[in-house]
Amino acid sequence: MTIVKDKVGVVSCSGEDLPEGTISRIATRLVLEKLRPHDTVTICLPLFLAGSEDERAFARVFPTIAVDGCDKRCAEVGTKEYSGKPVAVIVVSEIMKKYPHLKTKSRDNLSAEEKKLAIKVAEEIAAKVDEILGRKK
Amino acid sequence: MLKDGKVFVIPCSGIGKALGTVGRAAMYEVVEKLRPNEATTVCLPLLTIRDEAVLKLARNNSCISVDGCPFQCARKNIESSKGKLVASFVVTDVLRENRGLKPEGVTELGPKGLKLASILAEKIAGRIDEINNNR
Ligand code: SF4
Ligand code: SF4
Repeated sequence: MTIVKDKVGVVSCSGEDLPEGTISRIATRLVLEKLRPHDTVTICLPLFLAGSEDERAFARVFPTIAVDGCDKRCAEVGTKEYSGKPVAVIVVSEIMKKYPHLKTKSRDNLSAEEKKLAIKVAEEIAAKVDEILGRKK
Repeated sequence: MLKDGKVFVIPCSGIGKALGTVGRAAMYEVVEKLRPNEATTVCLPLLTIRDEAVLKLARNNSCISVDGCPFQCARKNIESSKGKLVASFVVTDVLRENRGLKPEGVTELGPKGLKLASILAEKIAGRIDEINNNR
């Protein structure tokens, strides 16, 4: 198996039921599309169970960050169980403690405030990507 | 909010594909606007990690899977959890019937993607009515 060292996997929980899950998903997409598009790859989390060995190899091929909405840590637990141990975990509800003025309530369309929080989470993921790749930005 | 007794609409939310976002958007339209008293959702990953409370809900209540693509991850996660799967939708099937409504991207579906989600939401709501009428 080839181990890829110049790209980082980012696996987000989908958190349909909680606003934090939506933040985790949007923040992950921000990293993939805007902040670190050349350094990151992703996979749909439920594919670990539904897919084949090829999909399950993901976290063994890429050093992987799990991004979770809440303390249930589904992305971390699921990635570890089906694929490989994530090298880092980001939990939205933990990051939110640093920004008590930013509130989340919608699960669907993010408000301006929720978008701000998603950007903060995305910046933390991007910083972790840089750390894993041994880069200073 | 009490979830027991409602129909569970569970999308895959596939982050790697825009069609996963269409399924997710359709689910919110159903559970928040079209059938808020009859339908609800849970985080699909809780089934993936075998969370006891969510396994129980999925086994005791009717579940509808909504998947972005033919991998059908939500359906397979519900089935392998022994959830009570009563219907399955796949966004690619609805897109085939509405070829002009290709979504723009994973984060922003754009007007066409949102329209596609609304068409799917109506289909899901219709199925919920059938399920409840046959109870
Ligand atoms: S980590 Fe929390 S928000 Fe994310 S899928 Fe699991 S229960 Fe839902
Ligand atoms: S069904 Fe397709 S879009 Fe949805 S999670 Fe699976 S691979 Fe991703």
